[in-house]
Amino acid sequence: MEWFSKNLPYLLAGVSVGGQYALIAIGYTMVYGILRLINFAHGDIFMVAGLMMVYLSASVPVYIAIPIVLVATVILGFLVERAAYKPLRQAPRMSIMISAIGVSYLLQNLALYITGGLSQQYPPIPWISDVVNVFGASTKRVTVITPFLTIILVIVLVALIKYTKIGMAMRAASKDFETSQLMGIKINSVISMTFIIGSFLAAVGSLLFFTNYTGVTPTVGAMPGLKAFVAAVFGGIGSIPGAVIGAFIIGICENIIKGMGWTTFSDAFTFALLIVILIFKPTGLFGEKATDKV
Amino acid sequence: MTKKKETIINVSLIVALLVVLYVMEHTIPSTAMIFTVLKKGAIYALVAVSMNLLNGFTGLFSLGQAGFMLLGAYTYGILTIPAEQREFVYMYYDGGIIHFSVPVVVALVAAGIVAAAFAYLIGLPVLRLKSDYLAIATLGFAEIIRAIFQWDKLGPVTNGSNLLKSYPTFKSVLFPFIVSGICIAVIVMLINSTYGRAFKAIRDDEVAAEAMGINLAHHKRIAFVVSSFFAGISGALLAMYQTTIQASMFKSAMTYEILLIVVIGGIGSVTGSCLSSFLFIILSEWLLRFLDSDMYIGDFHVPLLRAGFRKVVFSVIIMIIVLFFRKGIMGTKEFSVRGIYNFFTRKKKAAKGGDSND
Amino acid sequence: MTNVLKVENVTMQFGGVVAVDNMNLEVNKGEIVSLIGPNGAGKTTAFNVITGVYAPTNGAVYFNGTKIIENHPQGKMKKLYKGENNGKYSSVLAPTPDKITKMGIARTFQNIRLFKSQTVFENILIAKHLRRTSNLFTATFHLNGKEEAEMRKQTEDLLRILGLEDVKDEMATSLPYGKQRRLEIARAMATEPTLLLLDEPAAGMNPQETEELTAFIGRIRDEFGMTIFMIEHHMDLVMEISDRIYVLDFGKPIAAGTPEEVQNNPRVIEAYLGGAVDE
Repeated sequence: MEWFSKNLPYLLAGVSVGGQYALIAIGYTMVYGILRLINFAHGDIFMVAGLMMVYLSASVPVYIAIPIVLVATVILGFLVERAAYKPLRQAPRMSIMISAIGVSYLLQNLALYITGGLSQQYPPIPWISDVVNVFGASTKRVTVITPFLTIILVIVLVALIKYTKIGMAMRAASKDFETSQLMGIKINSVISMTFIIGSFLAAVGSLLFFTNYTGVTPTVGAMPGLKAFVAAVFGGIGSIPGAVIGAFIIGICENIIKGMGWTTFSDAFTFALLIVILIFKPTGLFGEKATDKV
Repeated sequence: MTKKKETIINVSLIVALLVVLYVMEHTIPSTAMIFTVLKKGAIYALVAVSMNLLNGFTGLFSLGQAGFMLLGAYTYGILTIPAEQREFVYMYYDGGIIHFSVPVVVALVAAGIVAAAFAYLIGLPVLRLKSDYLAIATLGFAEIIRAIFQWDKLGPVTNGSNLLKSYPTFKSVLFPFIVSGICIAVIVMLINSTYGRAFKAIRDDEVAAEAMGINLAHHKRIAFVVSSFFAGISGALLAMYQTTIQASMFKSAMTYEILLIVVIGGIGSVTGSCLSSFLFIILSEWLLRFLDSDMYIGDFHVPLLRAGFRKVVFSVIIMIIVLFFRKGIMGTKEFSVRGIYNFFTRKKKAAKGGDSND
Repeated sequence: MTNVLKVENVTMQFGGVVAVDNMNLEVNKGEIVSLIGPNGAGKTTAFNVITGVYAPTNGAVYFNGTKIIENHPQGKMKKLYKGENNGKYSSVLAPTPDKITKMGIARTFQNIRLFKSQTVFENILIAKHLRRTSNLFTATFHLNGKEEAEMRKQTEDLLRILGLEDVKDEMATSLPYGKQRRLEIARAMATEPTLLLLDEPAAGMNPQETEELTAFIGRIRDEFGMTIFMIEHHMDLVMEISDRIYVLDFGKPIAAGTPEEVQNNPRVIEAYLGGAVDE
């Protein structure tokens, strides 16, 4: 019990961060499911969403800024796909990955240029930034909301994929890219939709994340991005519930490690976990096995 | 043109280059930008070629380069800080636990060996992974290594997250040129050997390569270890160039930069990697510098120009290359004396352009 | 002992699907043996087992009298296994494809797999790598000049004998289809095998090219003394040069014998005609 009360703040933070990673991880897992591409720029889209909020909130009220940020992030995700990935559809996989790294580099440098390299203070968002008491530990309300909001969004998304036409097209495309094209599925709009959903969730994730960690720097997206990717692999790439569970596990473990005073290794832990999974169960918790044909 | 003649021309070109560098050093003030470009360019050329050996010639998409450079840089620094300076460098750790130092050349080789040894161990599990999984796993390892080197419990050896400094550095531009030159020459010889052919076979088609009796695990490991060995040496050179090192320098952004250099030069071209390293450094450190400061043409204040704009322009150029000139400067071709000779004499082989691989 | 290859009770099961079902066959020294059967009968899977791409679920493979591959149902397969002879094999011997090639079994692929960024000459030169005696150090520092020269000479010789000399500096993938097939066979031969497995060597060829290939395969056996085991659909080719034929249907050999015997076998006729009617 003593251990519990001592570690409660870390546990809470873990659940909260886990939810934020989950929102980013969905973008990775959906894109990878269809394009077999690690979208290295996804973490940077998350960062750009944070920056947009910083600059917008300086001139308009928060309740107007939030919807604008969400829409603008979605447009950014859409444009990145159209400009940097679509032209390389027939190219070797390495080319698309390099292009993704290039986009990431571009977004980071743009952010560096605009911010001048200084950490920008994220605006407090009313209500969710308020401090509340949970079992005697005081924390921002966002910490408590995040897991619930994440789960609601995931349920909506899963329903969308299960019951709508575009969702069916997505599932078909991730099963077999070429055949789904032959079946008359407009693959480009499916891919665009994937990026739109992914970017939207990343924008929501950034709202929650930066309310807790208020400094927005150009490289702030890289680490959460990579961790979210690891979560996606952990859960079995292509599987949305897998990504969410993976993200919560990583978020919680990471914060408990911090609580134990091993902060230096909290990032390294995630990667160690990744390598262990890749070696022992490369398909992750819920992934499907794919074999190469000779 | 006979092989002997070609060798003579190549050797004399190298000697001429070294003489030019030597003369330049004695006529131009040592603070000139050109020396920064040459020194850094030579170091980046080595690490780019080492990455190309892996990504371009063996088809292994690895993103661990920064990690291996870190290992090389730290090995060099730790082994060469003079004993009397250690008290001062390791001030938070009672002078550290190492109380000897070794000659520069020994430390350079050790830097390579340490990086190679780590590569061997890391390679055992990760080289079984395919393309993008391999990329993310090697990237992960680089991050783990960085975390370990910043760990304060290892401070007596690594100085934790504090700077390593006061180790021997180089003044002359000839030093990085000669070291990098030798290393790159060895890599080229490897690529042109029967092992290099096996690497290219693996890149082109793993299944067919294995059916030709090429042991995939063994050859991938060789490429990974050799590439890391030279990345380690280039890390040591970078440490010498910068005069201080800190683990936080070697982030994944560094690997991305090297990867982009390789892409610009042409994946699968050694001379392409070398050219683009110098080009990259010239542009980023020198020619595009003006983009980072305010500029007036008459009374007109040129818009956009301020700190950071250079990197934006740079990233845009890179994206253009990635999207529209996917082969980079050289594609998979090589720039060589024979190629130029054939080009001008228009012999039968002229159709093959600058290919020197045979 | 005259058989070069002996496949014994080999079953290959993927999940619940049995691709090769208790296969038994032998290939004798100096023979040309064909493996025929409708699409999806498990022919290529059988090749993949023999060359080490897949470890069989159960059974063993012998090469020149030595056991080179053996396996028995393990793990999840213990429950799922539907084949025969369960329990007959107990050890596991699963060499990787490169080891098999080193032993002297070379193969070609159904869908041509040439090294696309390399010339015809280089494609064959690569096959010489496995017979090297140099190590990384001696090869890098070119201390193996004699061996390197020998590799190149052997490659030149092979190209000349096989009539690919005039295209040796061309990119492998720029060759016409028929020559690409021939190059792939040449590349397999360059590994110095005693047994050559050809997976549909005549696929996609026109009648004239097929005829040339027929003569070519005959030469490989007669001039190079290699034993040939091939999968083929062109019945003219199969009937003309095969010493013996195995017919596979649903993963099981349903007939074996000389071309005449097989042609007159009612089960073969049924398998082929039955298949044709179903389509």
